[in-house]
Amino acid sequence: MNTPPLSVLLEWYLQMWTIRCFEENAIDSFRKGLFSGSTHPSIGQEAIAVGAGAALDSADQVLATYRGHGHAVARNLDLNAMMAELLCKDSGCCRGRGGSMHLCDVGRNFLGTNAVVAAHLPIAGGVALSNKLRRNGKITAVFFGDGATCEGAFFETLNMAVLWKLPLVFVCENNGYAISVPTAKAIPEGDVARRALGFSLPGVVVDGNDPTAVWQAVGTAAERARRGAGPTLVECKTTRWERHSAISSGKYDNEEEATKWKRVDPIPRFASVLRALGAADAELEALRERAYRANQEALAFAKAAPFPAASSVGDFVFA
Amino acid sequence: MAEAINHAIRVEMRQNPEIVLLGQDIGPYGGTFGVYKGLFEEFGEDRVRDGPLCEAATTGFGVGLAISGMPAIVEIEFCDFLTLASDALCNQAAKMRFFFGGQVKIPLIVRTPIASRLGLGAQHSQSLEAWMMHVPGLRVIIPSNPADAKGLMLSAIREGNPTVFIEHVRLYSSRGEVPDSDDAIPLGKLRVARSGQDITLATYSGMVAPCLEAARQLAEEGIDCEVLDLRTLAPLDRDGICASVRRTGRLVVVHEGVRTAGVGAEVAQSAVEGAFDYLQAPIRRVASSDQPIPTGTLQDIVFPNVQKILTACRETMT
Repeated sequence: MNTPPLSVLLEWYLQMWTIRCFEENAIDSFRKGLFSGSTHPSIGQEAIAVGAGAALDSADQVLATYRGHGHAVARNLDLNAMMAELLCKDSGCCRGRGGSMHLCDVGRNFLGTNAVVAAHLPIAGGVALSNKLRRNGKITAVFFGDGATCEGAFFETLNMAVLWKLPLVFVCENNGYAISVPTAKAIPEGDVARRALGFSLPGVVVDGNDPTAVWQAVGTAAERARRGAGPTLVECKTTRWERHSAISSGKYDNEEEATKWKRVDPIPRFASVLRALGAADAELEALRERAYRANQEALAFAKAAPFPAASSVGDFVFA
Repeated sequence: MAEAINHAIRVEMRQNPEIVLLGQDIGPYGGTFGVYKGLFEEFGEDRVRDGPLCEAATTGFGVGLAISGMPAIVEIEFCDFLTLASDALCNQAAKMRFFFGGQVKIPLIVRTPIASRLGLGAQHSQSLEAWMMHVPGLRVIIPSNPADAKGLMLSAIREGNPTVFIEHVRLYSSRGEVPDSDDAIPLGKLRVARSGQDITLATYSGMVAPCLEAARQLAEEGIDCEVLDLRTLAPLDRDGICASVRRTGRLVVVHEGVRTAGVGAEVAQSAVEGAFDYLQAPIRRVASSDQPIPTGTLQDIVFPNVQKILTACRETMT
């Protein structure tokens, strides 16, 4: 796969900043008490959402986790509707019922973020099975953390996806931690991708802080899935923003880890790649500014939006 | 009854080529208890998908098919194994339409049989309908006869909501008239299996027949029982229960699930809330005892039976 032209890479850069600014607003809004519960930022992991998202067609389906705001942005969900959802407003993408951990836009084939670790993996399997049965040429991509790869649902889904040769791409965002537990305490193989060996599917490790590398690996996996050769497990090594969620407390085994993401921040790293390809500083700054403004507008929209009517509390349970 | 369920599914699968069956032993084997006899041959391996033994993922796959617009019917071999499918059912299927603001429909039916009194012991003899009834967002259907099984299965498939359809191994071979028409039976409407004036016996599934037998014997003593077959536990026909209790003034609830926090408690409280002034005696429950189910002769002590129903009814008349 040839690297996309600079104009496309600049769109990626804009999207990375859009995610970063969205997450910063999410944390800030939570701390100011604009919504309760929590929020799970994907700061430091933007390259995965953007690189993988660019490797998929808009008709393909994406399922992700509660740390999934970035994937929603990569699917071009409406920022206003996303931020309104975080603030539990009626104009949120899920009518204010889901909040930060449940974003969804069926019209954009973003089949939602899920708050039970690994539970969405078999659901993604079922979506992929529907594609196979309908022979519609679509594939499904499912994103999950390293923590999910210790759940039974992960192994059961790998087994069935290989067995039925499903058009499915497993993308593991290995940020090194399941809340406070480091992968060294959870995954004896070290690399999640090695778990693919036991199920006879390709498992690849990629630098998750490089959107181009992610784009290439997911693109190869997507092409394989689309031609009917079955699933691939792509492990993207990355680093998490300092805490599991905005309400998390407690210490890491190694406190130095808490600020590690700043040293490997994918955004300035990608900016240097773009500069080397000829992008001007002013151009990059303008993109950052655009992302910031779009998110400020989304936040203003969300703040001004009305809450759902009390009378609607029981809506949407049954069809 | 197995044939009636088979017929309902077959009718709908002919109408809608997107319905898919998932489970283990559902291919040429025809389902653990033979409910799917002939479906593999008629609809093929794509739609009647025999799969590996993994209830959690199988049910999750069902949710995935359902949100993609392909109605899925998952067979769980024994009611006891609902525990293995519970996240997909209770945290995903039951809630997903809600937390996505109505963007998805979840036409998923999980079929599973109660296998009580077969001597299969503590892990294959339970009635877990009360667990499912406790989850908002699920339909819980539990028929006692072929006609209801057919009509309620048609209703479940046509309505397209997450549904637990609980069958009973002892009833699979039961015979009964089934209407030729493929009319659905609305959910949330109980069936009066026997009309009576003195006691309301509220029950369902495998305990309907023992209740009718108890009612027959009590009639000889001059006690006239009304037997209600609840048929669906979610939605529960509270109005129908209260209407009967207002007539009889007495209520005995009978089920094979264990007593504590069982369906009986909910039915009894519904009567207290809706017909308290009419009650002439304390409400009684006849249920399995609160303990793991043994094998062999000991199991007969744990399960409710005609004798226990007779005793409860006589007590309520004194």
